[in-house]
Amino acid sequence: MPDLLEVRTEPRLNPRQEAAAGVRHRSRFRKRFARSVRGLIGIVTLAAVWEIAPRIGAVDPHFIPPLSDVLKAWWHLAQSGELWTDVRTSLVRSGVGFGLAVVLAIPIGAAVAWYPVLRDLLTPVLEIFRNTAALALLPVFVLILGIGETSKIAIVLFACFFPILLSTISGVASVDPQLLRTARVLGLSPVATFRKIVFPAAVPTIFTGIRISGAAAILVLLAAEMIGATAGLGYLINYSQMNFLIPQMYAGIVTTSALGLAINYSLVGIERHFSRWRA
Amino acid sequence: MSSRIELRNVGQVFRVRDEQDRALRDFVALDGLELTIEAGEFLTIVGPSGCGKSTILDLISGLTNPTSGQVLADGTVITDPGPDRSVVFQQYTLLPWRTALGNIELALEAVGGLNRAARTARAREVLELVGLGDFASRYPHELSGGMKQRVAIARSLSYQPGVLLMDEPFGALDAQTRERLQEELVQIWRATGTTIVFITHDIEEAVFLGERVAVMSNRPGRIKAIVDIDLGAATADEDIRSSTRFAEHRHEIWSLLRQGVAVRNVSKEVHRVA
Repeated sequence: MPDLLEVRTEPRLNPRQEAAAGVRHRSRFRKRFARSVRGLIGIVTLAAVWEIAPRIGAVDPHFIPPLSDVLKAWWHLAQSGELWTDVRTSLVRSGVGFGLAVVLAIPIGAAVAWYPVLRDLLTPVLEIFRNTAALALLPVFVLILGIGETSKIAIVLFACFFPILLSTISGVASVDPQLLRTARVLGLSPVATFRKIVFPAAVPTIFTGIRISGAAAILVLLAAEMIGATAGLGYLINYSQMNFLIPQMYAGIVTTSALGLAINYSLVGIERHFSRWRA
Repeated sequence: MSSRIELRNVGQVFRVRDEQDRALRDFVALDGLELTIEAGEFLTIVGPSGCGKSTILDLISGLTNPTSGQVLADGTVITDPGPDRSVVFQQYTLLPWRTALGNIELALEAVGGLNRAARTARAREVLELVGLGDFASRYPHELSGGMKQRVAIARSLSYQPGVLLMDEPFGALDAQTRERLQEELVQIWRATGTTIVFITHDIEEAVFLGERVAVMSNRPGRIKAIVDIDLGAATADEDIRSSTRFAEHRHEIWSLLRQGVAVRNVSKEVHRVA
């Protein structure tokens, strides 16, 4: 099995040689197909262990039922429409909170970064907010906004807002000064400079914050739903556990993972779309 | 189109903090600088690093204003950047998310006055001028260093500035690419008639490109001497850089620069003894 050292120091054509000959080097070790197959083997192994371990008594099947039981419970939930209700409820809450965070944080972050004095003034305050766990504020949100949808959307908004805000600030503030000098030499107006140069340059950094927020949106919402809700994936998981519907609980957890994966990959896809120009 | 640039008794002072005694001081980058660049001229400026070469370009471009004295373009005082002056910097300043063509269109969008189709047509025209007609849809990361600088030059030329300011634009290129771009730049200058002010620390580059070479002294920067370059009429195949005249000019400028260094070293020695 080749190790990292071997793979990374493999003799290869340098970019100039590739360009001169109009070819692309093909590594002996990293073939796309082989990588996908290996990844698939990993997943199949995990599934097999989950299926077999409870059956041979390696783990208590009451607490960790075999995968097939979990999938059966999942299928049952899906057919009854119950799963869809919970997924939709959770998606709406996290989607609205996340969307509001994006819509609010990017313009505010851009404005803060545009004025260095404002940035100096606000950065410590924003760091305090970012490092305040959103869930620690759940009681406050419930106190002020009640137990309904508003407090859940608000807590998602809170959790998503600061990573996007801070990444926008850092993205806008760290635009290559040479590009800004170019903009001034070309006589671009401040608005045009922002629209044509600063914002596109900041997009990759902003997306770092957006991806962190995408993960946070689901995480925080699930926790909130476990505390006070009558629908949603967090409620489903918690309710199943309390009623000892263990396969159904795992079905909820698996759905959460799938949702997280789907959100992450769509955000990565959007990010790639916006940064096609990168090497 | 070409402009006449005058720098009259220009001084530039920056506030700095001394690294040794942490005291605030005035850093005199330029002092009593006099320089006239005739319309249509190709002037190169050489000087030791840190002598304020780039400060001169910042002043002519209008990115900064002088602490004292005046900078004039065709008799008008320069206070801000304007489309009559354009700059090619050493670092590649192309927008990485725009294609070669898109980067040139950016300049035309900024200057205004053309519709989209006219901008694209003009951008193609200048890309052809720098020999990159086939690379219009490439992104900067797909271009070599020399190609990127060609695009930057094309972008600067696209809106037909009266003066093209170049701040060591070939400094980061390999020797062969640099020589080729130097030759192309001379051709472009002949074709467009634009005034060019070209900064470099490479004596040979200065001699090869310039009609006149302004030699700067150590800080505070002043123009120490202006050397007229006459390399005679050369054919395309001739290696001008190995001619006797080229060597003489090179040596003359080398000597002028060396004098400055020698003086500085001596003064350092004296300082150390004292």
